[in-house]
Amino acid sequence: MDSTGTLFMPPGRSTIAGEVDTLFYFIFYTSVVFFAIVVFGITFFSIRYRRQRKAGLTSGLAHNTKLEILWSVIPTILVVIVFFWGFKVFIKMHVPPKDAIEIKVTGQKWFWTFVYPNGSNSLNELVVPVGKPVKLLMSSRDVIHSFFVPDFRIKMDVLPNRYTVTWFEATDPGIYNLFCTEYCGKGHSEMLGKVKVLPEREYQAWLESGSGGGEGKTPEEFGAELYVSKACVTCHSVDGTLLVGPSFKGIFGHVTQLEDGEAMVDENYLRESILNPQAKIVAGFEPVMPTYQGVLNDRQLDALIAYIKSLKE
Amino acid sequence: MSENIALARNYLNTPRGLKSWLLTLDHKRIGVLYLIAIMASFFLGGVFALLIRWELLNPGRDIMGPDTYNQVFTLHGAIMIFLFIIPSIPAALGNFVLPQMLGAKDVAFPRLNLASWYIYLFGALFAVYSMFSSAVDTGWTFYTPYSTETTTSVISMTMGAFILGFSSIFTGLNFIVTIHKLRAPGMTWRQLPLFVWALYATAIIQVLATPVLGITLLLLVLERVFGIGIFDPAMGGDPVLYQHFFWFYSHPAVYIMILPGMGIISELIAVFAHRKIFGYNAIAFSSLAIAFISFLVWGHHMFVSGQSPLAAMIFSFLTFLVGIPSGIKVFNWLATLYKGSISFATPMLYALSFLFLFTIGGLTGIFLGALATDVHLHDTYFVVAHFHYVMMGGTVMAFLGGIHYWWPKIWGRMYSEFWAKIAAVLVFIGFNVTFFTQFILGTKGMPRRYYNYLDQYQPLHAFSSIGSWILGLGFVVMLVYLLHSIYRGRPAGSNPWGALTLEWTNSSPPPPENFDEAPVLTHGPYDYDKVLVEEGSPARA
Repeated sequence: MDSTGTLFMPPGRSTIAGEVDTLFYFIFYTSVVFFAIVVFGITFFSIRYRRQRKAGLTSGLAHNTKLEILWSVIPTILVVIVFFWGFKVFIKMHVPPKDAIEIKVTGQKWFWTFVYPNGSNSLNELVVPVGKPVKLLMSSRDVIHSFFVPDFRIKMDVLPNRYTVTWFEATDPGIYNLFCTEYCGKGHSEMLGKVKVLPEREYQAWLESGSGGGEGKTPEEFGAELYVSKACVTCHSVDGTLLVGPSFKGIFGHVTQLEDGEAMVDENYLRESILNPQAKIVAGFEPVMPTYQGVLNDRQLDALIAYIKSLKE
Repeated sequence: MSENIALARNYLNTPRGLKSWLLTLDHKRIGVLYLIAIMASFFLGGVFALLIRWELLNPGRDIMGPDTYNQVFTLHGAIMIFLFIIPSIPAALGNFVLPQMLGAKDVAFPRLNLASWYIYLFGALFAVYSMFSSAVDTGWTFYTPYSTETTTSVISMTMGAFILGFSSIFTGLNFIVTIHKLRAPGMTWRQLPLFVWALYATAIIQVLATPVLGITLLLLVLERVFGIGIFDPAMGGDPVLYQHFFWFYSHPAVYIMILPGMGIISELIAVFAHRKIFGYNAIAFSSLAIAFISFLVWGHHMFVSGQSPLAAMIFSFLTFLVGIPSGIKVFNWLATLYKGSISFATPMLYALSFLFLFTIGGLTGIFLGALATDVHLHDTYFVVAHFHYVMMGGTVMAFLGGIHYWWPKIWGRMYSEFWAKIAAVLVFIGFNVTFFTQFILGTKGMPRRYYNYLDQYQPLHAFSSIGSWILGLGFVVMLVYLLHSIYRGRPAGSNPWGALTLEWTNSSPPPPENFDEAPVLTHGPYDYDKVLVEEGSPARA
């Protein structure tokens, strides 16, 4: 399939995509035929039998057993074919191969966390090897979300009280969009991620480097990177704009108004706000931020705090 | 018809006074009261729709922030579903027409009928209150646990829908008894107009399914207020259970919305093709078949919700079964055009629009009923486009067709045919520009209920928004000529379309008791092969 996909479908980048598209276009072309019959019928009869003068008595033809059986049975046969076909491919989507790499996915307002077999993790960017089946074991920390990668043709709801599973095998290296498709509130449309498909060797290298990153960068540069990759950007601006949470711009070293009292924004305040966000709520904002405990290591925390410090008025 | 019709004694002017309207037991007046309330709701829901499309013109903020957007799309959905489309055809047009079609003086329980209108108003007040007190932002589906956590006024909106449910149940009950007991002498079940059959099938669903919605919404309120935990995972509850409960009503409700529309289309096609309806039995029984199977397909809203693949398989299969009767109806309507004498008056334009749009709506349902393709399309704009093709392209087109068809009977006056055709064309074009685009957005992966979106979707979103303006313009034109016609329209006469059903045998507007003499049926509703009837002359009973 070419890079832009077909008229209706985006490019297919997983092993299942082709099968879904074949079924899609089977239904599509069958529908076009039926639609053409109906439109042709309307048009032809409308012209041929348009009222010319006053209406007189018209045909009393109200039954034609052969015709009626035909237009009941043919569509029934076709939809039964579509049903079995759809079911067959669906079961394939549902049952991950035994040798699949298992990655734990957590959805929460409004970002995705991924934990890999070796314990490293990533945020909003799922990194997988090309040509290997990947099984996603998914759950939510709050409301229902849904994991959708259009280019892979997979989607599965992510629930707070149980695990759901989906799987895919990417066919081409590249970066693909990941959407949340179950409405989850204010940041629903910002709950975007990427799926980064790497060649096997690069994937292994990425895994071994840990997800820490930041080598050869100043803490501020690394912090700026984390600000985007760890999804702070979804709720906190760096230019003073008020989003879900307060802006980072110029907050460091100043006193901020809390719901109950006030606090000095220093390193410890920032650290607490990242790891235990409900401890102090800035006046005018809702206590909706999830904890980053276990998501950021100390070096990453330091970098992020250094970055926030650097954002002067 | 040269005399001043305002002077003739009819249900509109006898008796006079506001009080006589607000306490009326006349089904025609109650139908008109419903019509006014429903059109107001449609207008409100339409304004919200235009705001949604305006905001989506570009990625990021155009006119409102994400919180407001989430409230606006929720209100659009909730108002259009609960306040407009569910009561639209049965409560407004059905109320006005049904007893006349049966040759009856009124519905079986006139007081219950008036009560159902007041209950509707009461429910609507709750919904309106919810709009002004931190409007609900859950989507019209109120999925848990989001709906139990959000700080917006979920309770007043769900209580509104709960109360509206009773209005719907009362109307359904009233119609079932009316159809059983009040048919004119000689009117057997197989001589019922197909609109009556459709209302009958609808009423069965209204009575049987609506209580489940009431129970579900009540549980949701209890969950929010008392934390009973039935849907709360922390207390051993299950949020997916809510989805099962909700769709157990709301899928049959889709047929509460579309079946009456199909009934109107059967009337319009037969009258304007001036032709005996093809496959009367097939159309009547397919309505009943749809009504019953519709109770067994709710799980097709939940193929990716985590329900078991076995359940998904069964729901998928039943979904295809429920599609077949709808397909059969389309072929029957098409065959009715064959060897007819087709007039293209405005109601017929809407009927033909319906055939065109509903066919697209139905066929795109196949993509969603098939499990593998639904996984990709679920909760994308493809679904949004699909249900607008069925609900708006189907039900609303039928409703508009019905409005234009019975308008001269309701008011005794005719609207401008010229402007009516202009509006019909604008609505048809605007609708397709708005919603066909969304099929492509959806297959390309654009999720629904998104305030913001990736740049790659912008051209299609903008195109869709332009369509909404054309659509809006069409409705403005319609509003103007319809209101104008009430005061200035030329007298319509008793039977302007040359139809054979009983409501066209009395005068327009009808006298308060519908018929001067109790009608006796001498022919079937579609006997255009036996009875010569001309436009403008009363149908002979």
